Amino acid sequence: MLCDICGKNPATVHLTEIIDEQMNELHLCEDCARNKSQAMEQQFGLSDLLAGMADFQKPATEKEEAVNLKCQACGLTYADFKKIGRLGCGECYNVFRKYLAPLLKRIHGSNQHIGKTPLISKPAVKTDKNKAGLQELKISLQEAIQREAFEEAARLRDMIKELEGKKNADQ
Amino acid sequence: MQINDLLNHTSEWLKGTGPHSDIVISSRIRLARNLNKFPFPHWANKAQLDQIIKETAQAMSKVSLLKTSTLFELGKLDSVDKQFLVERHLMSIEHTQKTEHKALLVSEEEIISVMVNEEDHLRIQLMQSGFNLFEAWNIINTVDDALAKLLDYAYLADFGYLTACPTNTGTGMRGSVMLHLPALVMSRQIERVLAAIAKLSFTTRGLYGEGTQASGNFFQISNQVSLGHSENEIIENINGLIRQIIEQETQAREIMLSKSREILEDRINRSLGILKSARIITSQETIELLSMVRLGCDLGMIKDITRRTINELFITTQPAHLQKLENKKFTSQERDLRRAQLIRNKLNLL
Repeated sequence: MLCDICGKNPATVHLTEIIDEQMNELHLCEDCARNKSQAMEQQFGLSDLLAGMADFQKPATEKEEAVNLKCQACGLTYADFKKIGRLGCGECYNVFRKYLAPLLKRIHGSNQHIGKTPLISKPAVKTDKNKAGLQELKISLQEAIQREAFEEAARLRDMIKELEGKKNADQ
Repeated sequence: MQINDLLNHTSEWLKGTGPHSDIVISSRIRLARNLNKFPFPHWANKAQLDQIIKETAQAMSKVSLLKTSTLFELGKLDSVDKQFLVERHLMSIEHTQKTEHKALLVSEEEIISVMVNEEDHLRIQLMQSGFNLFEAWNIINTVDDALAKLLDYAYLADFGYLTACPTNTGTGMRGSVMLHLPALVMSRQIERVLAAIAKLSFTTRGLYGEGTQASGNFFQISNQVSLGHSENEIIENINGLIRQIIEQETQAREIMLSKSREILEDRINRSLGILKSARIITSQETIELLSMVRLGCDLGMIKDITRRTINELFITTQPAHLQKLENKKFTSQERDLRRAQLIRNKLNLL
């Protein structure tokens, strides 16, 4: 069998394409297959993939609202993020939180950090008091869960909820 | 320290020692860190990028494990120097492109290297010889703690360390193990193993990291998930997977030894024969043949060549190393001649 694209070389790669529910089988030689796969990669770069994941199953109105969101710290808009697949600065994570939380969950299977923290060793004056307190509580919560001390964990969870509620009210 | 000084010694990870060093070449941990007050590198302006280099360099000079390091400004290096640093695994290929306002810090003995203004403000990495992720983590963790006292890291309690790309958010940690799996490749089991690895949300790459093809039976395996697990858990997960792969490679080697010893011995000794007598050789062929010779050493079929010698040859026969060694620019045909000569000299002297 000869390649469907160049018609010269023997076809060694067999590809099934589905475009608009129309299935199409292609038999390609190695060179044409390589060109085709490069073209496909350009079509679906990582940034598209990430941005596509971020918007998955969002109602149309929310999508519009998201596109207009802008980080005041660095000027990056959500539309920019969709285009380049990169955030602009740390503050973007706060500004786009609503959209990033589900995206992170899809990428990592979780959106809750439980690893190390820089705040333990950092002098407390540099950080927002509430944030530091919240951070310590969250660490204690993880430790309590690991120790299976569930009563203590429940108490810590309530304290975190209360602090977070207060923080949101402040903003 | 100058770049040329690096030529005279062997990187820590090439020593061919450490646990399971017959199958595991090296273990690497890298942490992605950013500063709070600056945009991420791709979004920052030139003045900000220079300020990031200045502030991080100042902080790093105060950290005891980094005190005797050297900072290279990438804009001032020529293309051979940059390629040379990539070949030594001190930085990524991405860091060699658009090099203005980028820097690389290399610690004494090349144990720790820090890329400044790559995808994130800091990419701190540490490589160890053999299967040794926890030790690598312990050292890098100390460096990171010391830096956290001096720099205001971008961090949120729920999302962890904030990175330019959301695929690195959380711990900002990637653990990678470089494996040499000739028996799994020769027995055609590697496809199955790689498919299983991908299903478990780990990635496989080639010798030079992101975007490179696996060659000469070398595979770099690393975690994909960086959020929702602690650093220790991530390392435990990689270790668990690597232990299984080591076991499978060991079994495949044993089966080959018992069922087709002569064929294996023939292939290994032919490879050594070509390396000892070739007059023209490409770097790709070199890697493939050295891979077979390394297997010969691991199986005790070749006794007079050490793993360290082979590891060194892997690096010194790379294009930029060849040119640095003779301090001259060569065309690719000239390199193939010089490479063959270098290998002959090294192996025939033993």
